[in-house]
Amino acid sequence: MTNVDQNSNYISGKTGDWEIVIGLEIHAQVLSSSKLFSGASTEFGKDPNHNVSLVDAAMPGMLPVINQTCIKQAIKSGIALNADINKYSVFDRKNYFYADLPQGYQISQYKYPIIGEGSLKITDANGEDKVIGIERIHLEQDAGKSLHDQHPSKSFIDLNRTGVALMEIVSKPDLRSPEEAASYVKKIRTVLRYIETCDGNMEQGSLRADCNVSVRKPNGNLGTRCEIKNLNSIKFISQAIQYEAERQVEILENGGVIDQETRLFDTSTGETRSMRSKEDAHDYRYFPDPDLLPLELSEAQISEIRSDMPELPDQLVERLISEYGMTKYDANVIAEEKEYVHYYENSAKNRDGKLVVNWMTSELFGLLKKNNIQFNQNPISPNYLNELVELIENKTISGKIAKDVFEIMFATSKSPKMIVKEKGLEQVTDDSAIEVFVDQVINENNDKVKEYLSGKDKLFGFFVGQVMKVSQGKANPGLVNKILKSKLK
Amino acid sequence: MSNLLQFSISEALSLLEKKEFSTKELVETYINAIEKTKDLNMYLTTCFDQALEQAEISDQNYLNGNQRFLEGIPLGIKDMFCTKGIETTASSKILKNFIPTYESTVTQNLWKEGAINLGKLSCDEFAMGSSNETSAKGEVINPWNFEEKRTPGGSSGGSAAAVAAKAALAATGTDTGGSIRQPAAFCGVVGLKPTYGRCSRWGIVAFASSLDQAGPITRNVSDAALMLQVMSGYDHKDSTSSNKNVPNFYNDLGKSIKGIKIGIPEEYNSDGISSDILNAKDITINFLKENGVEITHVKLPLTKYSLPVYYIVAPAEASSNLARYDGVRYGARIDGNSLDEMYENTRNLGFGDEVKRRIMIGTYVLSSGYYDAYYLKAQKVRRLIKNEFDEIFKQVDYLVTPTTPTTAFKIGSTQDLLTMYLNDVFTVPASLAGIPGISLPIKLDKNKLPVGIQILGKDFDEQGLLNVANVIESCASFKDTPDGAAS
Repeated sequence: MTNVDQNSNYISGKTGDWEIVIGLEIHAQVLSSSKLFSGASTEFGKDPNHNVSLVDAAMPGMLPVINQTCIKQAIKSGIALNADINKYSVFDRKNYFYADLPQGYQISQYKYPIIGEGSLKITDANGEDKVIGIERIHLEQDAGKSLHDQHPSKSFIDLNRTGVALMEIVSKPDLRSPEEAASYVKKIRTVLRYIETCDGNMEQGSLRADCNVSVRKPNGNLGTRCEIKNLNSIKFISQAIQYEAERQVEILENGGVIDQETRLFDTSTGETRSMRSKEDAHDYRYFPDPDLLPLELSEAQISEIRSDMPELPDQLVERLISEYGMTKYDANVIAEEKEYVHYYENSAKNRDGKLVVNWMTSELFGLLKKNNIQFNQNPISPNYLNELVELIENKTISGKIAKDVFEIMFATSKSPKMIVKEKGLEQVTDDSAIEVFVDQVINENNDKVKEYLSGKDKLFGFFVGQVMKVSQGKANPGLVNKILKSKLK
Repeated sequence: MSNLLQFSISEALSLLEKKEFSTKELVETYINAIEKTKDLNMYLTTCFDQALEQAEISDQNYLNGNQRFLEGIPLGIKDMFCTKGIETTASSKILKNFIPTYESTVTQNLWKEGAINLGKLSCDEFAMGSSNETSAKGEVINPWNFEEKRTPGGSSGGSAAAVAAKAALAATGTDTGGSIRQPAAFCGVVGLKPTYGRCSRWGIVAFASSLDQAGPITRNVSDAALMLQVMSGYDHKDSTSSNKNVPNFYNDLGKSIKGIKIGIPEEYNSDGISSDILNAKDITINFLKENGVEITHVKLPLTKYSLPVYYIVAPAEASSNLARYDGVRYGARIDGNSLDEMYENTRNLGFGDEVKRRIMIGTYVLSSGYYDAYYLKAQKVRRLIKNEFDEIFKQVDYLVTPTTPTTAFKIGSTQDLLTMYLNDVFTVPASLAGIPGISLPIKLDKNKLPVGIQILGKDFDEQGLLNVANVIESCASFKDTPDGAAS
């Protein structure tokens, strides 16, 4: 069997190392209230065949009309991926018969896509930046759904998804490991969610990927690739690539050859299996759709969208580092979701940015995960996190008490100030009050005091702990130290 | 009241306005005429009850002085136009019992202006043919020498025959490679194919999307102007429709054509062309000269490539356009043991031979390995043909050619497909170039069959085309009526 060398992306086989070469085709559903060529709604979860217009059902004489919102979204996505926006692009028909494809062809873009070459920076396994090339992005129609499990002898067709706009984002074969592929998909998802051109909801199928995988001896010639179709989670993408690469290595090392084919990933077994070979591939008979004129964009149109672009994740990471003094790692975590950023920036107002990011990434994310709560259902408002950090900064409470307060906030959504007040958790900073606690501890531990005074210095920590315990954690640790030292002379 | 059949649209409109007769009388007369001409097999579906209801509304409008542009004019509609609530089959078995829930833009434009639908007219199946012989409902018989059973031409054979036989005051047609002009010529009526984009294609069953164009078939040129004016216009539902202003074609008719230049292309000639047709061309040239037109002989050397280009481009688009007739959602379905078998059964029994032939040709020319040699090359040549027309229109204003190489032939007489395809040799070039063309009758040939002449013009110059046709029409004074017409 083969296994992955922990220190590199290579698979080490019997005959030495193998490099995995991966290219991805991501199908991202365009955020738009209506379909690419019809006015029907794109709302998810409607009853079957509810969102279907005459055009979607391919009634005789119906014609497609381009939805300008979808064009704008594609341009926006292209700009965000540093890509060339093509001022001339063409919609083509991709012809094939299937029951959930009413027209008998899918309108797509073949020779002249709307978006040309671009690039995307990802973080590789070693935390280093790596730039992945983007080949093109084109717009196309989604197909409908065939339901084969509703009736013993019939298949049902749901056309709600028919004609919904997809962007197909094609990467160059620049990815070298399942982790890189995962990181790339995550980053694409983050970018598209930022600019609001795709909701990135993989469970609902708004973002799916086809993975082209081949293996080769490091820096050797490219091997024959297999395409794994329609993966709808980042976990499955990594698993499928890993399995597929190992399968190919095993075949090659046993003297076999890889057949170029389309494969399916079985999520229950974690294996890929053949769907169709190259010989069985459809001849799609692409030709320009005569119902649509070539799409021509003006410089003004593109500039307008460009000037209206929101901050992109990479720009934001830079800003978080310079403005809030975050580490690159933390900045990447916060930048992953726009809502994290929004939350962070609200809770960090006038506060120590580093302290806030620690509270967010360790305590808050930890509790959310533990309780299986989505971030948007987060019970703690950014104002309250801000308030909590303020209480720590002005020494009203200690960091330790703050954790207790935080848990109460999480459970009750109450303000930390109110919790501290109600529970009397303010830090004790009054010397005389702390002296009372110290005296009590000394009186109750005469034997330990003797040991300490006879040179057992390590016991000092014990006294600090006891004083904190007696004060119910409220005594200011600095003052406790100072007073203990002076009394234990 | 059968003499009501003699009136053209413009005459009928003015008489209706003067209350010389009512719309109801006019519609009843046409219903009667349709019954009388049943043997010509022109109508696939009739909607007389609806027509009579509409007639009452029209009469009310006349009474109130609220009459619309074509108020009360009874029309026949080619079965390629989807009509709401009325079976629309494109003369194919595969669309048997298909009743659209929507109305095509062009017919909607007509109804909005008060025109009345008498019924749906036969055509070649999916408009593929030049003789109306491929209709699933059987051949339409040309009303001229009807006992000889000649074809009315095609694909708008039912439309041209119905107008000639006085079974409709006017009709709609569609023209992909000559489907309005050729049957108009065969039936002795006027047929106008507008510039590509002038009329919306929305709701018209698609044959070849880059060529299909709706147009009127009428008794005379001024009726064509009236019909075109209503049928035309930008439609946001058709991305290829033009937003160019629609002129008042009818009001602007009658301008002098003195001093304009007309070219006679020498390539519009063929071995089998009849002497009657060549004679009609010469007569037309003389009419034009008499009216002060400057005649030039011009060359369009790429004309000979038009037919091969057309028989690649049109089937390619058709092969894709007709993929939707798969038995899944509407129309005929013949079950099978698998999805593929259902497709095969449905399409095998649903489509006729000519449609299948064109789907196969189209599939072939788009296939990987053949695309460049056929489809791509054909598109390049098509562009050159368009350029050639653009160049020639810098030298002359219009071109005059015969519409067809022969007059109407007998049903079943053309066994050879290439001969059949050659029928379109003079009409196809304008379709490929997207330019407008009109055919009008000049005379009868030795067999007492009408001979048509075609005028071609620049993009969106239908007005000029109509003006020239108007002059030729008054000189030719073609007044004959077919023996098969209702009276």
